[in-house]
Amino acid sequence: MIETRELKKSFGPQLILDGVNLRIESGESAVIIGRSGGGKSVLLKHLIGLLQPDSGEVLVDGESIGRMNERQLLRVRRKFGMVFQGAALFDSMTVAENVAFGLRRHENLTEAEIARRVAAALEMVDLPGTEEKKPAELSGGMRKRVGLARAIIYEPQFVLYDEPTTGLDPIVSDSIDKLIIRVRDRLKVTSVVVTHDMRTARRVGNHVLLLHEKKIYAHGTPEEMFASQDPVVRQFIDGVADLKETHF
Amino acid sequence: MNFLAGTWIGEWLAGLGRIALLARDAIASALTFKFSRRDLLHHIYFIGVKSQSVVLVTGAFTGMVLAAQTYYQFHKVKMDTATLAVVSVSMCSELGPVLTALMVAGRVGAAIAAELGTMRVTEQIDALRTLATHPVDYLVVPRLIASTIALPLLTIESMCIGIGASYVVGVFLLGIDPAYSWYDMLKYSHDSDVLIGLVKSVIYGGIIALIGCYKGLSCGTGAEGVGRATTEAVVYSSITILVTNFFLTLALEQLCVLLGI
Repeated sequence: MIETRELKKSFGPQLILDGVNLRIESGESAVIIGRSGGGKSVLLKHLIGLLQPDSGEVLVDGESIGRMNERQLLRVRRKFGMVFQGAALFDSMTVAENVAFGLRRHENLTEAEIARRVAAALEMVDLPGTEEKKPAELSGGMRKRVGLARAIIYEPQFVLYDEPTTGLDPIVSDSIDKLIIRVRDRLKVTSVVVTHDMRTARRVGNHVLLLHEKKIYAHGTPEEMFASQDPVVRQFIDGVADLKETHF
Repeated sequence: MNFLAGTWIGEWLAGLGRIALLARDAIASALTFKFSRRDLLHHIYFIGVKSQSVVLVTGAFTGMVLAAQTYYQFHKVKMDTATLAVVSVSMCSELGPVLTALMVAGRVGAAIAAELGTMRVTEQIDALRTLATHPVDYLVVPRLIASTIALPLLTIESMCIGIGASYVVGVFLLGIDPAYSWYDMLKYSHDSDVLIGLVKSVIYGGIIALIGCYKGLSCGTGAEGVGRATTEAVVYSSITILVTNFFLTLALEQLCVLLGI
């Protein structure tokens, strides 16, 4: 279970999160939606301790991680896998070395066992046989799949996705959505997906949270959220711009 | 100390503090021996083997010019055969370690800052952290150890090539008597000169790796941030080496006297 209590974060004078409260139960597939630049990725990074809050708490399985130092956080992070917006693959390594990174660092396995698990992880993300390629040789969608294989290889409890379909065409986006669902169902992980893609939100989530004005403005099942008549929720779901606003 | 906040002195002191904390973290991590031997060898190869050409050229031409310049001055007072002794002491205790460190700072310090800076702006450092790996353990420690191993070895090469090149210039070009020159060189060069040079080179190796890693890990956003981190890594390493050299010379000379080396 992941929970935040009155989470606040500023960068310099700019307030990004102003008392965010959320609760994501184990096994749940939560989708955090919101405007670009609205603090979704900042919120996601707090959940895994990549950023520390100015005030408030982040609890992972009941343990507060907000004030842990980097070494204490290493233990907590072994429960997590994270897929980054730009994949964040290690560009000096091959696909196999990227995917095997967590295994090599934390588990005492033979090379044969590592190779077997790497192949299985790549098979799960529909990229078999790409072990020896370098990240520079891969397309955007393939890079995100390798990032996903790297995140799930040691079967974490939670998988965090930062804008998994941003910058991809609709067909590749669809395949990434299906992969997120496949990983959720096969590995029984708790997923937290940050996106502004409404199709992804509807398909992969069973709990949708709208981050608006630096807080969780509304949350519910996808059906509840997509049927909501609240003007703010409606505006975001329908993608209607208010031309008086200057935030684009 | 609040009155210093926001001033350049405050920023400078804060930077020094952060480098000290990074050094403490890196040394504590190195002592656990959890780093990968393969990574260590890779960095020794990159820092040591790949830097040899610049270090050898620098060492050789420094020795040659020093021999020529010293000869022209000593020749006026009929002390030609002391030329190699001056070159030897200078190459061992000062020019060998300092010039090697400056060349390596330019080549390796810049590369470390650029590589780590790029990793930071492309979220690869965050990816490391999400994979339950401390960036200091994985990125800083192997580079720090490799640098402190490679620098003394490069410095020895620089000393040897500098003295060898000065011998060639002195004896074959300027016509200094080889036997007396060799005798004087051995007479006036001491173990302590070599020892001082090697101690300095270990410290400079640490300085180059730490400043390069610090600048890379704390670099700003985008290409501009990486460019600035790279430049600052070279400039700050070079200045630190030159300033530290003065104090190290005073301290190590005194220490050698005290220990009777």
